[in-house]
Amino acid sequence: MKSFTQHRGLVGPMDRANVDTDMIIPKQFLKSIKRTGFGPNLFDELRYLDHGEPGQDCSSRPLNPDFSLNQERYQGASILLTRKNFGCGSSREHAPWALEDYGFNAVIAPSYADIFYNNCFKNGVLPVILLEREVGILFSELEASEGYQLDIDLVSQTVSSDSGQIFNFSLDQFRKQCLLNGLDEIGLTLMQTEKIKQYEIEREKSHPWVYGAIK
Amino acid sequence: MSARTLYDKLWDTHLVTENDDGSSLLYIDRHVLHEVTSPQAFEGLRIAGRMPWRLDTNIATPDHNISTDRSERESGVSGIPDEISRIQVQALDDNCDHFGIKEFKMNEMGQGIVHVMGPELGATMPGMTVVCGDSHTATHGALACLAHGIGTSEVEHVLATQCLVTKKMKNMRIRVEGKMGLGVTPKDVVLAIIGKIGTAGGSGHAIEFAGSVFRDMSIEGRMTVCNMAIEAGASVGMVAVDEKTIDYCEGRKFVPKGDVWHQAVAYWRTLVSDSDALFDSEVELHADDIIPQVTWGTSPEMVAPVTALVPRPEDQPDNELRKGLVRALEYMGLEGGMPIVSIYVDRVFIGSCTNSRIEDMREAAQVAKGRQVAASVKQVLIVPGSQMVKAQAEAEGLDQIFIAAGMEWRDPGCSMCLAMNADKLGDGEHCASTSNRNFEGRQGKGGRTHLMSPAMAAAAAVAGHIVDVRSFLGQTISRETQL
Repeated sequence: MKSFTQHRGLVGPMDRANVDTDMIIPKQFLKSIKRTGFGPNLFDELRYLDHGEPGQDCSSRPLNPDFSLNQERYQGASILLTRKNFGCGSSREHAPWALEDYGFNAVIAPSYADIFYNNCFKNGVLPVILLEREVGILFSELEASEGYQLDIDLVSQTVSSDSGQIFNFSLDQFRKQCLLNGLDEIGLTLMQTEKIKQYEIEREKSHPWVYGAIK
Repeated sequence: MSARTLYDKLWDTHLVTENDDGSSLLYIDRHVLHEVTSPQAFEGLRIAGRMPWRLDTNIATPDHNISTDRSERESGVSGIPDEISRIQVQALDDNCDHFGIKEFKMNEMGQGIVHVMGPELGATMPGMTVVCGDSHTATHGALACLAHGIGTSEVEHVLATQCLVTKKMKNMRIRVEGKMGLGVTPKDVVLAIIGKIGTAGGSGHAIEFAGSVFRDMSIEGRMTVCNMAIEAGASVGMVAVDEKTIDYCEGRKFVPKGDVWHQAVAYWRTLVSDSDALFDSEVELHADDIIPQVTWGTSPEMVAPVTALVPRPEDQPDNELRKGLVRALEYMGLEGGMPIVSIYVDRVFIGSCTNSRIEDMREAAQVAKGRQVAASVKQVLIVPGSQMVKAQAEAEGLDQIFIAAGMEWRDPGCSMCLAMNADKLGDGEHCASTSNRNFEGRQGKGGRTHLMSPAMAAAAAVAGHIVDVRSFLGQTISRETQL
């Protein structure tokens, strides 16, 4: 898995709450059997004026000039700044795949939907949780200065801006270690094979109806 | 041992090991797969040279992007007109064949929307941990399962290890006491709950639905409620075991018989929260306050009683909320202050993992019986949730009621709930829909979704606009008995 230790990058805004995963990557793109190539369709319905279909060349499609990430100043953004409950709705991992493929290494928001938050860690995209007030400050700074960049350090769990703002964020230590080291979670779990097998033997004895019926 | 909630009990029973860093390895009893979120997981297994941990814990079926049109279905997978969809459905068939996973194929009896199929086959049983690459997996919690959606990386993880690396959630109890009134259905109850706690109200929590309303509710009704726990932000929703749970399970395809059945039932009866168990948060609603509900906006929390007016932005004091409200009204093409019953509908969709079971079909048929779809309505889709629901509905003559009313009787699948198939809304069209999400573009780019119960959707089809089914029908809706 892709690792994440620290990142400095241009910030792009998505100034709305409850951005759902249908908005991040609309359903027609979920027909792909691949993990890659979703970037051009990130926020497809907001980003383009026409209707997008999978397999299309997006470079000639009409862009929506009102969509924030289409503005010249945000081109090359690698940190997405947004509002609360980001990633709600469908469990599609295509959402972090699309963010990552577009070029986002991190998202900053006051809160996330549970499944989306979890999915980000599997793909080297760091979902940073800051207080609503802190996110508000970052939005104000972003609006005021073109080329606005932030530093995100996973080791010290901080977000810092050039103006001297430093905000701490917390996250689960297991997730932090996996992300720092780019660990293969399946490989890690398989190191516990004996424990799983032992559990399973007990379960087959105590709850036999769980097994054997489906074949 | 101290008093435990139902969730605590299910968690404890499935805990393989707890690591020093606070993460836990949770054992998964049942893994349900479909065509959209599994191909990359199978590919991952192949690349790493891994095999599924075991086979009899997995069950698969295609549902999301298959056609619901009879003639298209008859020509099989090779006849799916959209090439990308065809490749994806074919990939599920190939992967299941290759790895030896039990699949109910597109036209096979047993096929259906994953969350309709699992319980009706008895593939999901009380006390199980159930996961699926789909956020509406909470549905299975109606059978007191610990069930939630996972991403594709976790689909691969469960296939390879039969476990999930996870962390325990908090406990939330939502009690609804009293008796559901005339024309009020399980869908109205869950929409009212979402309206109260909001679309992130249950984040980080496992919700247990408790109180007399859920005790009186059928298992299928409980599925509708648990299904939409995710729309309240909770990935897990559940209801404790009672006699209804046990009666529901008895005799289903994968449910044990004889001694093992009795052993299972004895265990299932323990799957209730202890009377003195503590919840991290509690919410209470009263059934008297719940009447038929309709969403007017672009988030499930933007919901109101059918008798209400669409909210006015000027009445919203919070700046952020007002901005969201203005944006939602603009997208929906509505004016603040207009009565909800004045909203005309272009299409009606009755189906989805929320509302496509036999009781939902009966609920809609009671309204449709002897009536006609309004001339202004372009299309009414009735999409049963599974082959078994379809067969049962046809045996009860419900298909004929729908067809006589001018509605289309389709083959089972996710259909217009997420429009990954040919069933979708046109730009600007309003839809009375029994599905679960009214997000922008969910049912088609520019489509405007109004979530409601099957009875309300059928009434809207007949009236041509949103209408209060209570005045329309004038009788109690009976879901559990045949018409």
